[in-house]
Amino acid sequence: MDYSERVVDHYTNPRNVGKIDDASGVGQVGNPVCGDIMKMYVKIEDNIITDVKFKTFGCGAAIASSSISTEMIKGKTVEEALALKNSDVVDALGGLPPVKLHCSVLAEEAIRGAIADFYRKEGKLTEDEIREKCHIKE
Amino acid sequence: MKTVYFDNSATTRTDPAVVEAMLPYFSEQYGNASSIYSLGRESRKAVEHAREQVAGALGCMPQEIYFTSGGSESDNTAIRGIAWAKKDKGNHIITSAIEHPAVLETCRQLEKEGFRVTYLPVDPDGVVDLDALKAAITPRTTLITIMYANNEIGTIQPVDEIGAIAREHGVIFHTDAVQAVGNVAIDVNASHIDSLSLSAHKFYGPKGIGALYVRKGVPFQRFMQGGHQERNKRAGTENVPAIVGLGKAIEMAYEDLEVHNAHVKALRDYYVAQVEEKIPYIKRNGHPEKRLPGNSNISFRFIEGEGLLLNLDLKGICASSGSACTSGSLDPSHVLMAIGLPHEIAHGSLRISIGKNNTKEEVDYLVENLVEIVNRLREMSPLWEDFIEEGK
Repeated sequence: MDYSERVVDHYTNPRNVGKIDDASGVGQVGNPVCGDIMKMYVKIEDNIITDVKFKTFGCGAAIASSSISTEMIKGKTVEEALALKNSDVVDALGGLPPVKLHCSVLAEEAIRGAIADFYRKEGKLTEDEIREKCHIKE
Repeated sequence: MKTVYFDNSATTRTDPAVVEAMLPYFSEQYGNASSIYSLGRESRKAVEHAREQVAGALGCMPQEIYFTSGGSESDNTAIRGIAWAKKDKGNHIITSAIEHPAVLETCRQLEKEGFRVTYLPVDPDGVVDLDALKAAITPRTTLITIMYANNEIGTIQPVDEIGAIAREHGVIFHTDAVQAVGNVAIDVNASHIDSLSLSAHKFYGPKGIGALYVRKGVPFQRFMQGGHQERNKRAGTENVPAIVGLGKAIEMAYEDLEVHNAHVKALRDYYVAQVEEKIPYIKRNGHPEKRLPGNSNISFRFIEGEGLLLNLDLKGICASSGSACTSGSLDPSHVLMAIGLPHEIAHGSLRISIGKNNTKEEVDYLVENLVEIVNRLREMSPLWEDFIEEGK
């Protein structure tokens, strides 16, 4: 597989691996059938993502996408994190092979899933509002 | 960084003695083997000598050997060539679910051309069900094509029994022996094999050269149209240096078969024992005894194979996996699916294929790194986290 230097760097030395015991929200996407599962933990304080950790079962591109996306949202507002698109992840990684683009989508979805979980726990928004805010389709 | 090569089922390092045997046929003895002058006759002699070397290794006659570009061409030629030559008798072919794509895709293409193909299931060790084979044979069956040994899980098929069943029913038996030749003693007559594919680069010969054995009297149509080479069965100027290399490589493989196999098998068994001792939650794939001497296929639960391969590569270690991510599709290897592995366990498989050049020190280096990488990837895996949580 022809991976960029940044992808190699991130799967070799992934940042923010682990779990947050008192996470504000947890999102998990993917399934073992397709071979990629991503689990994202976020800690949100005063609308800022103060900490983020991940666990990923998957290929090098999946690990690198998770790793770099945690760096990209740490310290950002919830709205900024929700605005992160998979193409931003791909650009930050210096590109991904076409068959691996779905890994960057998983990273985007895992972050949104974790923030949606935070909103649910917070209990201020309706499910429909959460889905709209977090761009969750189904 | 040093390269530690454990992917001998993918290809092997061409033996220096093979290269040496080939060298004169590039710039000194470069004649066309079909030419009548002495330069050409020297090439012809070299080609025919190689044919004898191949025939000697398989226990057949030299005139039953056709040189091809490799295993895939041999499989295509045999399966298509025999199926079409026997079209008047019937249109039914029997194969297995775990064949190499060179066989499976050829069979799928023949289905599009009006043939009927039965894909036999295998048991959890990867052995073809012989009762299912017998039951599948009909009066319209013309060809059984079942591999000698599997490239991923190493399982060796009951070739003698399959040959006997085929013979009893008057059906032609082709075997893709690409992984077996050079690693297993083969006797095409004792095993009632009518047709067999082999490839030089799997046993320390050059790439791009292989051979097809077809028993005398078994009809097959030519695959490559053109000149009259290979007794009108395979057109194209003979690749003399490569053919010489194939001959030398197969002779060397069978001269030293027992010595090499003892060495390779001892290292493989040592590797497997080390992994079992040091890494929990693994699954060994393939038949425990009836398998290629150098092959090991182990699934490491809770992790994915490509991540494993990439991390091994960073340590200079070459290996292979049945993970979807290494195949370019979302499905893991069809072989691991056929032996009934769940997706997530198939995704975490690692094939180590040990060859004659490997050493115990290399296996130690592999195991040491594997332990560290598997632990690290598991620490990173949500499946591992769930498993540990459930156990609490």
